[in-house]
Amino acid sequence: MSNILVNAPKTAKRGDVVEIKALIMHPMETGFRPGPNGRIIPRNIIERFTATWNGAEIFAMDMSPAIAANPFVSFFAQANESGTVVLRWTGDEGFAAEHRVDITVA
Amino acid sequence: MDRRLFLAGTAAIVVLPLGPAAATPDAMAEAIKKVIGEATPIEGRMKLDVPPLVENGSTVPLTVSVESPMTEADHVKAIHVFNEKNPQPNVFSARLGPRNGKAMVGTRIKLGDSQRIVAIAETSDGKFWSVGADVIVTLAACLEESP
Repeated sequence: MSNILVNAPKTAKRGDVVEIKALIMHPMETGFRPGPNGRIIPRNIIERFTATWNGAEIFAMDMSPAIAANPFVSFFAQANESGTVVLRWTGDEGFAAEHRVDITVA
Repeated sequence: MDRRLFLAGTAAIVVLPLGPAAATPDAMAEAIKKVIGEATPIEGRMKLDVPPLVENGSTVPLTVSVESPMTEADHVKAIHVFNEKNPQPNVFSARLGPRNGKAMVGTRIKLGDSQRIVAIAETSDGKFWSVGADVIVTLAACLEESP
C-alpha cells in the first residue's frame, strides 16, 4: 500500500535507550497550493503517528501540513522487555498504515 | 488628484494584497498560548537543532531535545514546535513519557519563508520550557504546483 522504511535495532541490552527512525512515502499535500488548473489541491496529510511497545503507547506525534513530504520521525525508546514495536500512521482520506518491528532484549 | 491623496492611495493598494493567509508572530503566540495557557515558558534545558541557512525550504531537518532524566518522577510529557510564517503556526506536537529514555525528537519540516522557529516542552512537574532558532530560507517550500 505504501512504502515504509524503519530503522531500529534488532537486539538491545535491558535498559538500553534505542533510537527508532521511521520514514513513510506520502505527499503531505498542504491544502494551500493551487494545482495546474488554478484550483487549490485538497489537503492530504498524515495527521498522527503513534508507536506502541507490546501494546503500550510510548510515543505519539500530531502532524501539521508543515511536516515535509515523506514524513520522517525519529524518537527514542527504553528497551525494558523483548517485544514488538508497532508504528502506525493515520491521516486524511482514510489513510492508515502500519509497520511492526521485533526487538529482542537480552 | 493632489499628491498627498495619491500617495495615500498607492500605499493602501500596496498594503492590501497580502497574498495567501500566512501565520504571523501573533498567530504563533496565540497557538503557543493554546498549548501552555497562562504559563510563562522558561528559556533553557532545550536544544533546537535546525540549520541557520536553508537552501530548500521544502525539507528542513529539525531535532528538538530536552535535558531530562526521563524517569517516572521527572520526565518530558510533550514537545511542541511552532513557526511564524507558514500558513499555519503549528508544526507538530509530540507526546513523550518515561518509556522514551531520552527526550529527543527529530523530523523534517517545510518552511515557506525565513522565520523564527519555537519549540516548547512540557515537563511532568507542570513547567514549560522553550527554545527558539532563526532560519534563513533562500528557496521557500513551493506554494505553487511544481512544473
